[in-house]
Amino acid sequence: MAFSFDLLLEAIIFGLLLGCFYAAVSIGLSIAFGLLDVPHVAHPAVLILGSYGVYLLGQYGVDPILAGLMLTPFFFLFGAALYRMYYETFEKRGNSAAVSGLAFFFGIAFIIEVLLVVAFGVDQRSAEAAYIGGSLKIDDLRIPYRLLVAFGVALFLTITLTVYLSKTFTGRAIKAVGQDEAALRLMGADPVRIKQFAFGLATAVNALAGAMLIIVAPVEPTMDRIYIGRTFCVVVLAGLGSMSGTLAAALILGVTESIVLMFFGASWAPAVAFGLLLVVLAVRPKGLFGR
Amino acid sequence: MDKTRRKVVGAAGATVVAAAMPAPVFAQANPIKIGMSMPQTGGLGGGGQAALVALRMWVDDVNGRGGLLGRRVEFTAYDDQSNPANTPGIYSKLLDVDKVDLLIAPYATVPTAPIMPLVKQRGKLLMGNFSFQVNADVKHDMWFNNAPWNDSEGWSKGFVEAGVAAGAKSIAVVASDQDFAQNLADGVRAYIAKLKLNKVYDQNYPPTTKDFSTIIRAVRASKAEMVFIASYPPDSAGIVNAIHEIGVGDQVRVLGGGMVGLGFTPIMINLGSKLNGILNFNTYVPGMKMPGVDDFFRRYSERAKAQKVDELGFYLPPFNYAIGQMLEQAIKATNSIEDRRLADYLRKNEMQTIVGPVRFDAGGERANQRIITAQFRGVKDKDQEQFRSPDRQIVIFPPADKSGDLIAPYEKAQKS
Amino acid sequence: MRFWIACLAVVLAATGLVMSGVNEYLFFAGFVVLQAVVLATAWNILGGYAGYVNFGVPAFVGAGAYSALVVHMSLEAPLIVQILAAALISGTLGFLVGVISVRLRGIFFSIATVALVFILETVVINWRYVGGATGLQLTRPGEGWPFDSYTRMLFWVMVIMAVAAIAIARYIQDSHIGRGLRALRDSEEAAECTGVPTLRLKLIACAVSGALLGAAGAPMPMYLSYIEPYSSFNLVYAVSALAMPIIGGMSHWVGPLIGALLLASIQQLVTVTISSELNVLVVGVLLVFFVIAAPDGIVGLYRKWKASSK
Repeated sequence: MAFSFDLLLEAIIFGLLLGCFYAAVSIGLSIAFGLLDVPHVAHPAVLILGSYGVYLLGQYGVDPILAGLMLTPFFFLFGAALYRMYYETFEKRGNSAAVSGLAFFFGIAFIIEVLLVVAFGVDQRSAEAAYIGGSLKIDDLRIPYRLLVAFGVALFLTITLTVYLSKTFTGRAIKAVGQDEAALRLMGADPVRIKQFAFGLATAVNALAGAMLIIVAPVEPTMDRIYIGRTFCVVVLAGLGSMSGTLAAALILGVTESIVLMFFGASWAPAVAFGLLLVVLAVRPKGLFGR
Repeated sequence: MDKTRRKVVGAAGATVVAAAMPAPVFAQANPIKIGMSMPQTGGLGGGGQAALVALRMWVDDVNGRGGLLGRRVEFTAYDDQSNPANTPGIYSKLLDVDKVDLLIAPYATVPTAPIMPLVKQRGKLLMGNFSFQVNADVKHDMWFNNAPWNDSEGWSKGFVEAGVAAGAKSIAVVASDQDFAQNLADGVRAYIAKLKLNKVYDQNYPPTTKDFSTIIRAVRASKAEMVFIASYPPDSAGIVNAIHEIGVGDQVRVLGGGMVGLGFTPIMINLGSKLNGILNFNTYVPGMKMPGVDDFFRRYSERAKAQKVDELGFYLPPFNYAIGQMLEQAIKATNSIEDRRLADYLRKNEMQTIVGPVRFDAGGERANQRIITAQFRGVKDKDQEQFRSPDRQIVIFPPADKSGDLIAPYEKAQKS
Repeated sequence: MRFWIACLAVVLAATGLVMSGVNEYLFFAGFVVLQAVVLATAWNILGGYAGYVNFGVPAFVGAGAYSALVVHMSLEAPLIVQILAAALISGTLGFLVGVISVRLRGIFFSIATVALVFILETVVINWRYVGGATGLQLTRPGEGWPFDSYTRMLFWVMVIMAVAAIAIARYIQDSHIGRGLRALRDSEEAAECTGVPTLRLKLIACAVSGALLGAAGAPMPMYLSYIEPYSSFNLVYAVSALAMPIIGGMSHWVGPLIGALLLASIQQLVTVTISSELNVLVVGVLLVFFVIAAPDGIVGLYRKWKASSK
C-alpha cells in the first residue's frame, strides 16, 4: 500500500471518529468492570442486543438514535436485574466463586448470541436514516455522515457520564463503591443499591451505544466476540477506574486500527485491538490513568 | 420474527398449491431420495431461498407426472446458513442418517468447497449449483457444475474488453478472501497479466468485513481506470454503499465484474438507483431467449409470492429447475439411480433444459458458456417490477445476446 | 490398578465397536464427543486444579489443527506425527501462556487468552500457504487401516487420546503437582509463602493442558477433509470446554468426563434432530444453570448426596 500523507490524514481522521465511537461502546464496561469489578464479558453481547432492539424499532420507522433512547429504561432494568442475580449468586459467596462469576457472564453472552440468531437469523442487519449513506466532502476528503453522527452522540454520551460520575453525589458514590465499600456504608449509602444502580446505568448506556453500532455498520449476532477485544482493550488501556481515560484510550485504539487498516489491509485489522490489549497487559497493566 | 411468519404463510401457500394438483399414483412404493443443504439464511440466503422454490417446483412437477422410474421423489434440504463449516456434517448426515440416493450441492462455491473431498471419497455424483472452479484441485470425476460459466477468462472477458475499449489501461482488483472470489480473482489476475494491463491496486479482504470505506478510499487513491470486484452478497451491497459514500474517482471507466448478489431481487430493490452504471455478470436478464423459461417464471412467481420469497426469480431459479431436469433426463435414459451410470450419461450427452442446451466438459464445468455481462441503467429506488423490463440491464457481451452499448465512464453511467 | 483395567476395557470395547457394522454416522458424531472429553479434561488441568480460567481454548485447538496441516502438507507425515507435532506446538504455546500468568491473574489472564485466539486467527488468515481465510480442501487417505474407513480410524485414535488425557489428568491430580496446584488455587500468595513452587507448577499445568488441547485439534483437518480459520478458532470451543468441567465437577478428573459425555451427546442429538444452532443454546443454558445452582457440578452433587445419606 503506497504511503501518502493524504491517506495518512484520512486514516487519522477516520480513526478519531471511530475512536470516539469505541469510547461510547466501552464506557458501560468502564463502569461495570473498571469501577465495580464485575467480570462482565457479556457487555458486548448486551451491546449487540441493543443494536437489534434498534433494528426492530427501525422496522416500524423509528429513527435509530431515538430508538436507542427509547430502549434505555428497559436496558436499565435489565442491567439492574442482571447485577442482582450476579450479586446474590456470586459476590455474596466470596472469592472462591471467581471462576463461576466469569463463567456465568460467558454463558450469558452466548445465550444472548444464540437467542439473537434464533430470533433474527444470521443475516446482517442495518439501520436506515437520512444521515446514513452520504458523506461530507472537503476537497478530496470524504467523511461519511454516519461516522459524524456516531461521533457526535458518542462524545456527548462520554462527556455527560464523566461529568455525572465526578460531580453528582450518586456518581461519586459509584466511583467510591469500588474503592472503599466500608467507608461508603459509613456515609449512609447502601453499596449494593449503588452498585445495582451503576450496573443498570452501564447497561442503559449500551442501548444508545448499540444504536450507534448499527448506524456505523451492519450488525450480526456473532459480532460480540470481536467487541470483547475492543471494549476490554479500551478499558484496560485507560486504566481501571478512569472515566476520562476511556476517551483517550478509545481514540488511541481507533487511530491505530485505522492506520493498520489503511496501510496493512483489512485482514490484519481484527488483531489490532487484541494485540494492543496484550501489549498493555504485558507492559503496563495499570493502563494509562489507572488507580 | 419474519422467519416464523414467512414459514407459516409459506406452508399455507404450499398447501393451497398442492391441494390444487391432482393426487399422483406411483407404481412402486419406495421413494427416490434426493438431498442437499441450501443456504437459506446468511449472506447467500437471498438466493438460496429462491433456488429452493424452483427445486421444490421441479419435485412437484416430476411427482405429478408419476415420479421417476415409477417411484416418488422425496426431497430433503437443510439450511447450512451460508457457513462452510456446516456442510461436511450435513452431507455426512444426509448420506448416513437420511440415507439419500442422490446429492445436489448447496448453492454457491463457499458452502460447496468443503464437501468435494467427501463426495469424491464416498463415490457420489454431485450436481453442482453455481459454484466456481471448486473442482479444480479435487478433480472429482462425478461433478457437474450447473452454472453458465466455465473459467475466469470466460467470466471476465466481457468486462475487461469493455473497459479496454473505453480507454482503460490500469486496473484495481478487490476480492473477498474466500473460495469463489479467490478462484475468480486469481484467474482475472492471470488474464490481465496476459493482456499487459497495469494493476495499480490489489486487495483481498476478510469475508467478515462490513465497512468498505477504507478500501474504496484506497481504490480512489490508486486512480485505477477499471475496478474488478469479486464479492459475495453482503459485501457487494456494502461495497456499493461505500462507493456512493466515498466515490471512486472520475477516471473509472468500468466497475463491477464479479459481484455476486447484485442479481438477488431483494438486494436489487434495496440498492435501487445505486446500481446504475455498474457493469456486472449475470445469468439471465429479461429479453434473453431461453425455451420454456417464460412459462417457468409465471409458475415460479405464484409460488414465490405465496412463500414471500424473491418473486422475480431471475438469477438462480431457472438454473436450479434445470438441475432437476438434467437429473430426470439422466435417470430416465439410464433407467437407474446409480451414481456412476448417471455421471457417464451426463458427461457424454447434451441435455435440453429451460435455460437452453447444456453440455459438460471433462472437469465438470459448462462446455457451452453463456455468462452475461450487463450494465445497470435507469434503475429507480424501491421498485420491484421495473426489473422485468429488458432496459434496466443492458447486455453488452456476448454478442449473441447483446442489447446495447456500454456507457462510460462509470460516473456518467451512474447518472443514467 | 482398577483404573488401568477400566482403560483397557474401554479400548477393547471401542475396537470392537469400530470393527462392527454399526452406522457410519455414529463414528462421525462420536469423534466430536470424544474430542469434547479431551478438551474438557485438558481444560480442567488448568482451570479446575489451578483455578486459572482459560478462555483461549480455540487458540490451542486451532494451533493444533494448523500444525497438523502444515506437517501433513510439507512432510506428508502420518497422523501420529501430525498429532505429536500439534501437541508440541500447542504445548509450547501453553508454556508461553503460563509465563504471562506471572503478571496476570483472574479475569486479566482470561482476557489475555481470548486475545490469543483472535491474534492467531488473524495470523492464519494472512498465511496463504495454509489457505488464508479461504481455507483448504484436503484429500485424506482412502483406507483407515486396519479399520474399514478413515472416519472409524479417527474415532479409535480419539478413544486412545481420551483415555490418555484422563490418565494424565488423574496422575496430575493425585501427585504432588496436583497438591501444589490446589494450594495455589486456594491462595497463590499463601502457597508461595509456604514454599510451593507456584511458577513451575503453573508452567507444567499450562504446557500439559495446551499440549492436550492441541492434540485434540490435530485430527480436525483430516476429519472434515477441509480446514478454514473461522471454524478452527471458533469461540464455541471455549464455552464448551468451560461448561463441561463445570457441569461435571472441576475437582476430580471424572467430572470433565461426565460433563463432556453428557453435554456433547446432547449437542449431537440436538444437531441431528433439531438444528445446529440450538446446541450452542444448550451449552449456554446448562452452564449458567450449573454455575448458579450447582457450582461443584455433578461430582459435587454426588458427594453431597453421599454425605447426606450416611
